[in-house]
Amino acid sequence: MKLDNPGLGHSGFGHPGHTIGMPSTGTSRVPLLAPDAPAQTRKDFTSDQEVRWCPGCGDYAILATMQGFLPELGLRRENIVFVSGIGCSSRFPYYLDTYGMHSIHGRAPSIATGLATSRPDLSVWVITGDGDALSIGGNHLIHALRRNVNITILLFNNEIYGLTKGQYSPTSQQGKVTKSSPLGSVDTPFNPVSLALGAEATFVARTMDSDRAHLSSVLRAAAEHRGAALVEIYQNCPIFNDGAFDVLKDRAESERRIFHLRAGEPIAAGGQVVIRDTDNELRIVAEGEADPQRIVVHDPSAADPSTAFALSRLSESTLSHVPMGVFRSVSRPAYDDLVRAQVEMAVAQAGGPATDADLAALLGGHDTWTVGA
Amino acid sequence: MNKPVRQLDRVVIRFAGDSGDGMQLTGDRFTSDSAVAGHDLATLPNFPAEIRAPAGTLPGVSSFQLHFADHDVLTPGDAPDVLVAMNPAALKANLRDIPRGATIIVDTDEFSRRNLGKVGYAVSPLDDGSLESYHVHPLALTSLTVDSLASFELSRKDKERAKNMFALGLLSWLYTRPLESTEEFLRRKFATKPDILAANVAALHAGAHYGETTEDFAHTYAIAPAAMREGTYRNITGNTALAYGLVVAARRAGLPLVLGSYPITPATDILHTLSGLKRFGVTTIQAEDEIAGVGMALGASFGGALGVTSTSGPGLALKAETIGLAVSLELPLVVVDVQRGGPSTGLPTKTEQADLLQAMFGRNGESPVAVIAPQSPVDCFDAAIEATRIATAYRTPVVLLSDGYLANGSEPWRLPEIADLPDLTVTFQTEPNAVDDKGAPAFHPYTRDPQTLARPWAVPGTAGLEHRIGGIEKADVTGVISYDPDNHERMTHLRRDKVAGIAASIPALEVDDPDGKARVLVLGWGSTYGPIHAAARSVRRQGGSVARAHLRHLNPFPSNLGEVLRGYERVIVPEMNLGQLALLLRAQFLVDVQSHTAVRGLPFTAGELADVLTAAIHALPEPAVERAQ
Repeated sequence: MKLDNPGLGHSGFGHPGHTIGMPSTGTSRVPLLAPDAPAQTRKDFTSDQEVRWCPGCGDYAILATMQGFLPELGLRRENIVFVSGIGCSSRFPYYLDTYGMHSIHGRAPSIATGLATSRPDLSVWVITGDGDALSIGGNHLIHALRRNVNITILLFNNEIYGLTKGQYSPTSQQGKVTKSSPLGSVDTPFNPVSLALGAEATFVARTMDSDRAHLSSVLRAAAEHRGAALVEIYQNCPIFNDGAFDVLKDRAESERRIFHLRAGEPIAAGGQVVIRDTDNELRIVAEGEADPQRIVVHDPSAADPSTAFALSRLSESTLSHVPMGVFRSVSRPAYDDLVRAQVEMAVAQAGGPATDADLAALLGGHDTWTVGA
Repeated sequence: MNKPVRQLDRVVIRFAGDSGDGMQLTGDRFTSDSAVAGHDLATLPNFPAEIRAPAGTLPGVSSFQLHFADHDVLTPGDAPDVLVAMNPAALKANLRDIPRGATIIVDTDEFSRRNLGKVGYAVSPLDDGSLESYHVHPLALTSLTVDSLASFELSRKDKERAKNMFALGLLSWLYTRPLESTEEFLRRKFATKPDILAANVAALHAGAHYGETTEDFAHTYAIAPAAMREGTYRNITGNTALAYGLVVAARRAGLPLVLGSYPITPATDILHTLSGLKRFGVTTIQAEDEIAGVGMALGASFGGALGVTSTSGPGLALKAETIGLAVSLELPLVVVDVQRGGPSTGLPTKTEQADLLQAMFGRNGESPVAVIAPQSPVDCFDAAIEATRIATAYRTPVVLLSDGYLANGSEPWRLPEIADLPDLTVTFQTEPNAVDDKGAPAFHPYTRDPQTLARPWAVPGTAGLEHRIGGIEKADVTGVISYDPDNHERMTHLRRDKVAGIAASIPALEVDDPDGKARVLVLGWGSTYGPIHAAARSVRRQGGSVARAHLRHLNPFPSNLGEVLRGYERVIVPEMNLGQLALLLRAQFLVDVQSHTAVRGLPFTAGELADVLTAAIHALPEPAVERAQ
């Protein structure tokens, strides 16, 4: 099916890029709770398994926020699936009373792609970490993003390998001393947001384990998005990389450092604001010195990802300027919707679902001959 | 001016030329025409891995061999009766396979000093007497084709391209067969290029007319139709049959078919075929790599589809970890491995059977999977259905070991009635199967069917059965994470016993021993069926007694296999590897089987296997009874 086929062109409703017949939100084909069903609570999403993360692990806060957030979606619990890879964060599905699969290292996006493509009635979430998603599973992550499969990927970034007890990860800062880098890591880290934007992601956001309200709002936006959503969640590992994000958790420090991304608003923190300078680069300057004409007004729906990418580059290893929120949220037909549309179109053009007679005709092909009795 | 017709019972023709000469197409067409004429047949395409190796060189030679006969054909033939060589390279690359007395048709236009030099001929073999033991027909095929198209407004190059149709027309005339089905094929192929279509049809007829008028050929040949079972037939390759088998199996199981696959020779045609079958509800995902291909298939299986991945040996290596996950998850998964020469990249376009041990053991931990193999191109259809039956009934990965010879080879297929095929209906779990410690209904994902030991397949979307599964060891019954030593021991045995128990659902191994006097058994698996069967026939024609059996199921083996092996004084196991099945048989049954192997990228010839069997029969000691007399 070509995208300019009748039936898949511009529709004029919703965002540009929405197409006729294509679902508009992440969960719009997932069955809702019956209207008379009792409202869900956090307890409905809590499994009977004892949670086994280390005391103080940031994963507890993310789990609690997720369990508190899921009832808000109003979906049938049995139509929600969490698929994870390997790593501390990948134990997440065991603790949610939904369907779940704890798979193998790095492969969750491919498994989720197969599931989401064959089951439009499911809300499919991928739980992964910086090692799982960006190291061993890097290939699957970028391809899930560029295909725009309707899945929500939560990347717990603690900048360390936890489950294998403290080696540098693809997001560890250069110079990081770990058990496998006693003289400091010489690897250049990935910026997950930059990587996702470069991989043609349609939804990219950053949030933090300890900020429940912010995390919930980002989860909401990610679940709403149809297509692949990547959410980087800064997450503290109290054992092997404790305090990596502490400066963002201190009230005074965070007000200075976290640049909240809000659609239609300037990007500012602690009296500083992001401007587009005369050389076309983004810079952070004191609000008082900023030329009002040059102040960047955040537009996550911009078709061109260049500004979002430039914003992602403002992050520094010192965490002195950290944009948080939704970097990019644009509409593009989801891979699984397109795949299903091709099948549905082929079936419709052939006059409906295949019968045994149609199958027999397929087997016969063009050149048959008959041998008599 | 009809020439006299001579009756033959069988013919082996090999078309050989440059990769760009259209030899595969020519062979395919001749095959289809033979099939329509009612002959039984088998084919052997043989082509380089390079898409267009340098023109006129030995590495660029592509060939297609066809064996057609008035009787049951088992192999593409050991030695061609006719070689069509479109250039000196094709002649040189194939001459050693051509027995003295065979017919060779060459395109003399291509025997230029330059082309001869490319393959090391100082003097043309057409002139130096080196071919005097053959019936050589030196024909200027290229210029004859171009001359026959004089009235067409086409470039010389386009006219030259039709020379394969000229050659096909000539051979069609020589073997007295109609041109209509090839004309029909050309009309489909060149529907949007009427001038090219007209030129090809004209070249086809010109070739046939040339045969009639030239004095080069004194007579034509006719082969009577083979006696075949009543029914409707078509010709089909192994890869197409396999793809169709998957579609039919999914339908018989009532499941959507989802293929996750990465292109790899010689398996890619399965992806091509299935991607064209959306009308049948088939979903194909061309994955970013082999690992993703099987991951997508497994994800689809988790969701209640028939998840399938198709690959060749290097891809199977990459999929190993995910197949192990499927073993742990106990979900259906069909893994098609169209084997090729290895190790590593090996011989991508050539056949081999050297992935058997990889399929059996190529994963970490005790990780049993079912393994089956088709025995002929047509049998790929039935093998796909059987793989699906085992995968869905036992909730297990199944590795289906086809190979390059089956994938690209073709033979006539008697079309089945869909309704006569096995009913593979799957029942999903829809109700809780346990109670929790508070007495409320609960679902335990690792309870087991007492017969099959399969666990329930409860797909997302089923209320009340929400559960989590994963690659960490699970507690028996409840499926929750368990590191308990006794539990791991129990689960490891359960997984093994489940796969071993598949034997209860497969037929006993049948032995073909017509006179009941055989002391030697030849046991094969997979694509060696044809050559082994033909070799056994040949031995019997010479008065020898040999028993023959062929394994479809490699894991588990049929229940009576040990008994069969112990019933013979000598067991010969021919394989296109260095003795992988022999290793398994020796390990499992303590039987001293004799391995006969070849890894030349080509199927066995019936003649070579007949010699092996005859030697084994002669090597046996005199029977005890006779010694006593």
